[in-house]
Amino acid sequence: MIVMNQNSKPSPAEGGVLEAPKRTLFQENWNLFRKNRLAMAGLVIFVIFFIIAVGGFFLTYGRSPVFDPALVRLQEKLRPPLSKPNLETLKPEELPRLGIYLFGTDDLGRDIFSRMLQGAWVSLTVGFIAVGIAVVIGVFLGGIAGYYGSSQIPLGHLLACLLLGGGVIAIVAGRTAMGISLILFGGATAALLIRVGYAEGKRPIPKALSVLFFNLFSVDVLITGLIDIMLCFPVFFLILTVVALIPSKIHYIMIVIGLTSWMGSARFIRAEFLSLREQDFVTAAKALGVSDWRIIFRHMVPNAMSPVLVSATIGIASAILIEAGLSFLGFGDASYATWGNILSSGKDFLFDAPWLTFVPGFAVLIVVLAFNLFGEGLRDVLNPKLKERH
Amino acid sequence: MLAFIGRSAIQKIVTLFFVSIISFLIVHLAPGEPSQIDPLNPKFTQEVLERFRKEFHLDKPLHIQYLYYYRDLLTGKSVSWKDNRPVLKKIYERFKNSLWLFILGTLITWTLSFPVGIHAAIRRGGLYDRSTTFLAYLLISIPGFFFAYMLIIFVVTHFHVPVIGMETFGISSTGWYWFMDRMWHLLLPSILGAAGGIAVLSRYVRNQMLEVESQDYVRTAKAKGLSPDKVHYKHALRNALLPFVTMFGLILPGLIGGSVIIESIFSWPGMGRMAYEAILARNYPVILAVNFISAILVLVGTFISDLLYMVVDPRIRL
Repeated sequence: MIVMNQNSKPSPAEGGVLEAPKRTLFQENWNLFRKNRLAMAGLVIFVIFFIIAVGGFFLTYGRSPVFDPALVRLQEKLRPPLSKPNLETLKPEELPRLGIYLFGTDDLGRDIFSRMLQGAWVSLTVGFIAVGIAVVIGVFLGGIAGYYGSSQIPLGHLLACLLLGGGVIAIVAGRTAMGISLILFGGATAALLIRVGYAEGKRPIPKALSVLFFNLFSVDVLITGLIDIMLCFPVFFLILTVVALIPSKIHYIMIVIGLTSWMGSARFIRAEFLSLREQDFVTAAKALGVSDWRIIFRHMVPNAMSPVLVSATIGIASAILIEAGLSFLGFGDASYATWGNILSSGKDFLFDAPWLTFVPGFAVLIVVLAFNLFGEGLRDVLNPKLKERH
Repeated sequence: MLAFIGRSAIQKIVTLFFVSIISFLIVHLAPGEPSQIDPLNPKFTQEVLERFRKEFHLDKPLHIQYLYYYRDLLTGKSVSWKDNRPVLKKIYERFKNSLWLFILGTLITWTLSFPVGIHAAIRRGGLYDRSTTFLAYLLISIPGFFFAYMLIIFVVTHFHVPVIGMETFGISSTGWYWFMDRMWHLLLPSILGAAGGIAVLSRYVRNQMLEVESQDYVRTAKAKGLSPDKVHYKHALRNALLPFVTMFGLILPGLIGGSVIIESIFSWPGMGRMAYEAILARNYPVILAVNFISAILVLVGTFISDLLYMVVDPRIRL
């Protein structure tokens, strides 16, 4: 009599074939991950933080939110945590919802608990959107560099792209006439290239135009060059410069952090693609006539994602730290309460109201620590070298 | 070797050229202009604005401005828009102050990370290893400014000494007392600057050491009955140290990176603060010069580390 594993379905061929216990890759990784206690703690904190942040968004959103982070009570300045509100001087609608100031109040008498709730949401969105942007750019550029790396870029294509890009930049910078003429020139070049390119098989390229098809360098050189250029900038200083020069809106900050931190994932994806490109399943897909686009995004990217996933998790932690640092220096979006600007407003009352420093400081520390631990645990699990050992 | 040097020199110059273009575009295409920094100031009449724009070539097209700016920078004639002092001289003055922070911070980082990392690797899985691992994560995750304030609160309430600035305000004595005062002020910011480095480097040392300890020649050394000290420090450590030689090149960019946040908390008149003030005042020459010099340092640093790699490890042929 064969004792069936509870997880496995009865096999279609009822002949008493002993099935191996069915465990998906996810279950296997999960079992491995559970053994790492620090990483598990990180995951639990991350889930709690996620719930608090989403809850915080709904509780502090709108005209008359449950917890109003912007409600000024000048008569209740710098009250310590857990202190009771002064019932005589407050209007009923100004009373804190919890009956006490759980985390105290700041120098304008705003409730720190409500501000922390809103700050949690801001930190969460900054982390996820900035890293999301970075991963999308990284996967796209890294994928192109890894897959099409060896193909050459003709002079004409580069010229057309430069003209079009320069035109867009000029329009953004306010020089509309110059921008439009650049775009027209670029468009004309592109049209010419397409026309000549289509006719290529039928008749030879005219002598005058052959210079446009002179191969400059490969795609790989272009993209790795771009990565090298981006790595030359001191990241925090660059972000600071850009954020100081553009209007300080939280969305811009997310975009800027994302645009300056994609290099890591681009490098990972490129390196993975260089080895995946030579593997049999890619050759098989090519032989079946699958389009390049589909090979890259359906077949290769899922196989190359694990190092990116790890660096993204840790990237969220550093994005939260960068945003807190920016708010601390006064470049944040003042229309939201963020953990950084609560801390920043607390620095003037360091010895009189230390809770203004400690509450947001520990919050940032715990959340960033959780992301780092979770990311490192993920790295261990996804590392095939380590898996063999268990 | 020569071919490699020539090839990478050309590559780095091209990269530097594009970095200069991109940073110039970022600064100049952003909305607003330096001449509008203080629109309510009654001294800024239309006429003064025109003169300002003419003086600093702001009325010329962008590519001309670019050529003017980098010509001035490379010949050392570029001046700060705010106080008309030469940019390079200004940077050099601030650089001297940041240099001390950098030297002390680097010393702390390297002297602490190696023993910690090596011991953690030798006692792998033990209490020491686990606690230093956790401590390293803690140091990476703590926001620098929060850590700074915790240290300030601790030092000020326990030792009752001033910690802000480069020296105690109004100090007039010289000699030993002055030296100790400077050192004392230097200590906190350098510890803060070193904290992240210690965490990263000690983890790296640990991993490197673990990698080497699992090699066959270490097992052989153990099998032939060498004392554990000899195995760990003579056979394993020497090989584990290889990649760190190259890191001497990679710490070079830190010279100019001087942390903006730490320097502004401690009112330290260093590079980071100068860059921060330049950003606030839209002082383009200073911003661009800091950016340009740090890009040069990054490129030179990677170049040195590539060269050292080749020198140290003859198996590597670039």
